[in-house]
Amino acid sequence: MSRSETGLLSIQDLSLSIHGLPILKNVSMDVAPGRILGVIGESGSGKSITAFSVLQLLPGGASCTGSITLSGKDILSLSEAELCGLRGRDVGMVFQEPMTALNPLKTIGDQVAETILIHERVSKAEAMVRAADALRRAELPQERFPLSRYPHELSGGQRQRVVIAMAIALRPKLLIADEPTTALDVTTQAQILDLLKRLVAEGGMGLVLISHDLAVVADLADDLVIMRQGEVVESGPAKALFGNLQHPYSRALLEASAHVPERRQEVLDLPLLQVREVVRDYTGHTHGWWGKTTQFRAVDGVSFEIRKGESLGLVGESGCGKSTLTRAILGLEEVQGGEILFDGLPVFTHHHANQIVRRRMQVVFQDPYGSFNPRWKVDRLITEPFHLLANPPKGAERDRAIAEALESVGLSAADAQKYIHEFSGGQRQRIAIARALIIKPDLIILDEAVSALDVSVRAQVLDLLADLAGRFGLTYLFISHDLSVVRSITDRVLVMKSGKIVEEGPTNTVFDRPSHPYTQQLVAAAPVLPAGIA
Amino acid sequence: MSLLFHSRTLLPGAVLTLLFTAAALISLVWVPYDTTVVDIANRMKPPSWLHPFGTDQFGRDILSMIMVGARTSIAVALVAVGIGMAVGVPLGLAAAARKGGLMDEIIMRANDLVFAFPSLLIAVMITAVFGASALNAIIAIGIFNIPVFARLTRGAALSLWNREYILAARVAGKGSARISLEHILPNVANLLIVQGTIQFSLGILAEAGLSYVGLGAQPPTASWGRMLADSQTMISLAPHLALFPGLAILLTVLGLNLLGDGLRDSLDPKLRRART
Repeated sequence: MSRSETGLLSIQDLSLSIHGLPILKNVSMDVAPGRILGVIGESGSGKSITAFSVLQLLPGGASCTGSITLSGKDILSLSEAELCGLRGRDVGMVFQEPMTALNPLKTIGDQVAETILIHERVSKAEAMVRAADALRRAELPQERFPLSRYPHELSGGQRQRVVIAMAIALRPKLLIADEPTTALDVTTQAQILDLLKRLVAEGGMGLVLISHDLAVVADLADDLVIMRQGEVVESGPAKALFGNLQHPYSRALLEASAHVPERRQEVLDLPLLQVREVVRDYTGHTHGWWGKTTQFRAVDGVSFEIRKGESLGLVGESGCGKSTLTRAILGLEEVQGGEILFDGLPVFTHHHANQIVRRRMQVVFQDPYGSFNPRWKVDRLITEPFHLLANPPKGAERDRAIAEALESVGLSAADAQKYIHEFSGGQRQRIAIARALIIKPDLIILDEAVSALDVSVRAQVLDLLADLAGRFGLTYLFISHDLSVVRSITDRVLVMKSGKIVEEGPTNTVFDRPSHPYTQQLVAAAPVLPAGIA
Repeated sequence: MSLLFHSRTLLPGAVLTLLFTAAALISLVWVPYDTTVVDIANRMKPPSWLHPFGTDQFGRDILSMIMVGARTSIAVALVAVGIGMAVGVPLGLAAAARKGGLMDEIIMRANDLVFAFPSLLIAVMITAVFGASALNAIIAIGIFNIPVFARLTRGAALSLWNREYILAARVAGKGSARISLEHILPNVANLLIVQGTIQFSLGILAEAGLSYVGLGAQPPTASWGRMLADSQTMISLAPHLALFPGLAILLTVLGLNLLGDGLRDSLDPKLRRART
């Protein structure tokens, strides 16, 4: 039996180049109706461009060879007008970022109905009825989410449901979801994945699920394709494939996903950072200059301690107050109540950040692309914290400090003269760590520091962090929404929700036997790799 | 130099701008005819080999007048843009650094106030107090430029203040003045350059307009706007009197706008990537 005859989508030997630069090389994959194909790969592996080539939504200068067949039709030979008829009707698409995939000026009903009106000659009223049906299938019932809602009135997960409703409004044969849950919190992610799974099961639709996250795909997919640098390295039914990975890259990917860095560090029984009953209120000007102000309590009576040499995790979903807490600890924003002591000294004195304390803490941020001034060279970037010192090193001493910091994160001293755009995401995060290390701090706050990295790079950076902690006696406060990362690198963990710490304890205890209902919910929602394969 | 060929508009814009700048510079040391000498025998001559653009009602050479007029226009517009940037950019940076604060409100509301006055009205007010001159035209146009640069700088700076590298600089203990100078200003500079060329061309138009109504440079200083005003009663007798100063204004403004467009394309890395 030839698979391309029974299958819904069949890509055979697809090669693609953009302005002569080869992007995809002999990519083949098949999707059958009612089945889920997981496409896994790191950034630059060509997984998204493969999906876009199905809809022929390619950048200028792209040329394809090979064949793409969608229910018997050869996509590559269709005209643009025929492709327009196909997009949205036969193939639906769900994008990564629900915040930008919706038009903020149109109601959700209008946006879903638009897809229907483009493809079918129906009245506006009828389109709205069908839009309501599509939204109901995406679990946004009319009673609670009327069609007249605007995107800004919905949460991230609800917006992603609207995007899904748009994609499934015409009951397409194929749905392509490109990192549909990457921008969402872990509990929301679990709900969206359930929804996708159910839609496939009841509609007989084929689903291509593209993700960098092995665990997300492993939970859901029937078939798997693993891609690397524009080529398929391995493919097959998910269960069989996970049990018996052949290609070294697939195995490396799997190992990196479940990587636990080796840590050798003594935890002293001395508190380094003490946070006591901290309260942070925000005042919002919502009614002009003279109207009433609104109060929002972002951090509500939080207390905890970090001991010297310890690695503490802080877990919570977006909006729980963890970033606010970070800024308070760093002395960037004053708190309204409670106190923060670093090695016994207050972080804030007389409404100003205490410089003596500040030079002993540094931070590494999430975004390896946004955390550097693009117009500065690396030497100037990483020496910025020298501003905190009364007598910053100069001349040869400065060069030595730069070289030492760069070499300790695995880069070379010669990199100091480069601009930041010459580095990859992982290298940039190393530079961010070098910037934090250069003034030899005691505490480094890692604010989602590895969340934006590919799994193999993430594993390397986690190893680096573990190694640096041992060498320089560092204490880490590790803030993340990703439970598996927190689990691999921390001794103790705090779980934060709505500005409060709801659970605290040794990492393994909290994750294996969560006691607070919210923690239980978080742990249950986190996607896990099938047992026994790593 | 490959910068020049990134954009289709940059090269013609630069050529036109250079042409008029060169005319203004050459007029400082040499002009074909003295523009302050009246030669009644040769008045209102159409273009010829001796006078390529013809002569005006006093027999002055129009080419020479345009060269000297270019000097006036460029000087007025350049200094006015300079005033606008020198005052507007620091105000915009300060407002962005104190977003939502009292300083921000005061600066931006003062800007709104200045914006509410048409530049012509400001010029009339200044003229009423100090008398008409090129200097007062500069001040009037300059004041009008301040809120343009202040708003642009504030808007661009606000989005930069949310970047993580600004947070990193704050963690390094840097104050908002230092961050504005070291991080914000270099990253808004390309926007300011582009806006500068556009304000420059608007300045030339404004100077021509002010001179046209007699509020700009005073005789005998040559000015494009006044040449147009003077030619207006004789337009049916000698159309070249209006044609050449009109063309000079048109081409200079066009050149500067093309240059601004081209610079924006070349300086914006996002557009640059989209094109290649």
